[in-house]
Amino acid sequence: MRTTLLTWSLLLSVAVMLALPSISRAQLTTEDIASRDNMESHVAGYTGHVHDAAYDYRRYCVGCHGEMGDGNGEVAQWLEPPMWPKPRDFQLGIFKCRSTPTGTLPTDDDLFDTIARGLDRSAMPIWNQFTKYQRANLVAYVKHFSPRFVSEKPGTPIVIPPEPEVTPERIKNGREVFARVQCWKCHGVQGMANGPSASTLTDDLGYKIVPFNFTDGTRPKCGDTDRDIYRIFMTGLDGTPMPSFADNIKPDEAWDLVFYLRTFMQQKSKAKEVAKTLSLKPVSANP
Amino acid sequence: MKNRINVGAVVSALVLVCCGALLLSQKVNAAGEGKITGTVKFEGTPPHMRGIDMSKDPWCVKANANTPQHLQTTEVGAGGGLEYVAVYIDGWSGPANVETSTPVFDQKNCMYVPHVMAVDPGQTFKVMTSDQTAHNIHPEPNPMVNIPWNQSQPPGAPPIEKSWKNPEMIPVQCNIHPWMHGWHVVVKGPVAVTDENGKYTIENVPPGSYTVKAWHEPDTTETTKVTVAAGQAATADFSFKK
Repeated sequence: MRTTLLTWSLLLSVAVMLALPSISRAQLTTEDIASRDNMESHVAGYTGHVHDAAYDYRRYCVGCHGEMGDGNGEVAQWLEPPMWPKPRDFQLGIFKCRSTPTGTLPTDDDLFDTIARGLDRSAMPIWNQFTKYQRANLVAYVKHFSPRFVSEKPGTPIVIPPEPEVTPERIKNGREVFARVQCWKCHGVQGMANGPSASTLTDDLGYKIVPFNFTDGTRPKCGDTDRDIYRIFMTGLDGTPMPSFADNIKPDEAWDLVFYLRTFMQQKSKAKEVAKTLSLKPVSANP
Repeated sequence: MKNRINVGAVVSALVLVCCGALLLSQKVNAAGEGKITGTVKFEGTPPHMRGIDMSKDPWCVKANANTPQHLQTTEVGAGGGLEYVAVYIDGWSGPANVETSTPVFDQKNCMYVPHVMAVDPGQTFKVMTSDQTAHNIHPEPNPMVNIPWNQSQPPGAPPIEKSWKNPEMIPVQCNIHPWMHGWHVVVKGPVAVTDENGKYTIENVPPGSYTVKAWHEPDTTETTKVTVAAGQAATADFSFKK
């Protein structure tokens, strides 16, 4: 009798151990992913469905992003960071380009925009040949890889006040903000991606990553409008060393910083014109 | 050396404050709770803890000019005591938030103080900076368990209040200063972290039999069983080897 009890309790404990989900990074099963086949997106006036994106995903995305959305597609092994960043692991639900605060899920609009915009300095091209309907479906498809899109709601997008007029005072103040929050630690005092910490940066997966070089004519990863630049440093690029500065830069000052950053860039801008009259010196790297 | 004493002083001050808080709180719950106490030892020759080259940031070099910092991954004190081991009760079924304090995770002299901070799931903690150089605080939990985030803390930045949802041992790093590594130990129920002599005391443990776990970074765990009698201190010692 006692032996039977012992055997049963042993069997039971083994069963319990097997039933416990293994806490490794993601690596979900096909069944788990398939259980979210009814995921929807609501964007650009469309309702996107997973099954309507299956063809496009397999045709255009699977090579890098993989059957399971874990970024382990056939081609992924040939992408070598930092020159070619590895594809996202969609299962983790972590995205660089968001309108939402750090540590929150992006909105459908954010994913929709990223697909069309592509990611500069990566293997992710501009996918603007898709119709909006196709993109809406792909957003649903991307979301269905991660259980987080079931258990969590997207973050509330940050509020961006209307863009003020560029003035010399604003550019000068932007320079002060750049010095105070020490953007130069990574981006360098002249925005050339050569700050003291630039050489040791790694992303959350442990791959080498380089800060954005404002001066080489390339585009910021999450868009190159003034609003995009504002959004990048106020939300942070999750999964990378770029933190959110939302707690340390006031909304109005944030615009000043955008204008100052513009003065580093090759692209023509009002801020660059105004800055010509100011003969600004780079900030000091010795606080 | 002086800095080690400083860290020791901070830890002992914290322990004192906690003891005070516990004494006060024990007046409220007169359940005759006991405690678990013991020592965690490191067996064998401890690995060499490399000094940290902070030349990337002159401010950090200056802040540690008299007392160069070293890695804290295996901090063995005189007598073989292992510091920064989190000791907690496995499968705790009592109230979720026994601590009523708000633990503080400070960025001080370009190091994390404490190196290991224990919190309950849902318990609020503060991340603050005492430094005149910018940090970014970047915990990297498994996104399937807790949600990662990454925030800047330039000089004079206000403290950030946060909490973790689920139990997990979460590595924390600063990307600006790649040597800065710390841990948020998120466990349910009473928990203690060993001091520089490897000693710990888990307060507020109701009488009963428990499985006690000791965790040391990055992922080593030792387990033992212990029975706590009302108002008494039970002993649970551990040893780690690498």
